[in-house]
Amino acid sequence: MGLFDLFRTRPKNTAALATERLRIIVLQERAASGRPDYLPMLRRELLEVIRKYVNVDPDAIDIHVTREGEGEVLELSVALPEKPSAPPAAVASDEA
Amino acid sequence: MNDPKPSIDEASDGPTPASSSATEDTPLAEVIVVTSGKGGVGKTTTSASLAMGLAKRGKKVAVIDFDVGLRNLDLIMGCERRVVYDFVNVIQGECTLKQALIKDKRIDTLFVLAASQTRDKDALTKEGVERVLKELGDDGFDIIICDSPAGIEKGAALAMYFADRAVVVVNPEVSSVRDSDRILGLLSSKTRRAEQGGAGVEQHLLLTRYNPERVAAGDMMGVNDVKEILGLEVVGVVPESEGVLTASNSGVPVILDEASAAGQAYADAVARLCGETLPMRFTEAQKKGFFSRMFGG
Ligand SMILES: Nc1ncnc2c1ncn2[C@@H]1O[C@H](COP(=O)(O)OP(=O)(O)O)[C@@H](O)[C@H]1O
Ligand SMILES: [Mg+2]
Repeated sequence: MGLFDLFRTRPKNTAALATERLRIIVLQERAASGRPDYLPMLRRELLEVIRKYVNVDPDAIDIHVTREGEGEVLELSVALPEKPSAPPAAVASDEA
Repeated sequence: MNDPKPSIDEASDGPTPASSSATEDTPLAEVIVVTSGKGGVGKTTTSASLAMGLAKRGKKVAVIDFDVGLRNLDLIMGCERRVVYDFVNVIQGECTLKQALIKDKRIDTLFVLAASQTRDKDALTKEGVERVLKELGDDGFDIIICDSPAGIEKGAALAMYFADRAVVVVNPEVSSVRDSDRILGLLSSKTRRAEQGGAGVEQHLLLTRYNPERVAAGDMMGVNDVKEILGLEVVGVVPESEGVLTASNSGVPVILDEASAAGQAYADAVARLCGETLPMRFTEAQKKGFFSRMFGG
């Protein structure tokens, strides 16, 4: 640490920030490792479809496979933006 | 952590004649992989010190460099000029295991098996690795330490496949912690123990390059943060220490430098691996004066 750094204001407690970010990503990745292989693809394609209508963030889509009794349920939730902006561009053609 | 495992102390019944049918009833050595996912976190430093520490406790130990193409363990162990044959030579049948094992000059129950510097990773095969591990067991080795390469490709996968225990080396830093979690996932799915569906690989965390001052300042994640994120007990915390560089400069595993904090921390980790309970040292910040704080003393 140089002299200069002593007087510069630094972001406080980045370690806590790192811990929080890791807690989330590790949970997410652990959950991902047990689920079907097609989910990332499905997620990407759903994202494309949804974006024809609403301009959502890539992380706005949450997909889970959960057990319910005997079967499994695919849960999909999409967080919509607060101020809906226009879809990227009018969808040119329906067939394609 | 608390699964009944072949403990280090039970493994030494001496060699038993190998029978063709027996892969399970011969005295298998305990295989410990030192792994991390990320490179440069301290796997080789750790492998060398754990091997030396266990050998000093009277175990017959072989430490194998799985980093084909990037041989380094020999340098850290200080035996680089005595490498004639390597791990790949043994696997390819170009020499015997005995010819390739390099006996440590300091402790005569410690042997190094160097990585090949010239071959590519494909020279390692699962069958070949299994054969070498079994032969080491037959020769009366108690413990085999596998120094894994970085990454999750073939070399790393083979280094962990036959493991009974894993020491996952992690630095208190985001990419290292995330990679470690990935490795923990592979340990519980892509290993022989996982495939057999029994107790699985016993997993330990070893934090290295720990800087208690930075943890105290809120700049670095602490032991408990990492422990909690990964959900594993910690078998040792090795501080960032100047002793590591001087030790590697001179080809001496840092555990032999009893004056250095890292050496003492590794000795504690070895004791814990052998089942002892010790308080964690070197995790608290030292009180420092204004000048050493300013000039990074
Ligand atoms: N506790 C420590 N304190 C200071 N330097 C360390 C420590 N542990 C490892 N190093 C250094 O970090 C570098 C990478 O270590 P190494 O054991 O080769 O890592 P890996 O085998 O995981 O690639 C080396 O230069 C080593 O000297
Ligand atoms: Mg290495």
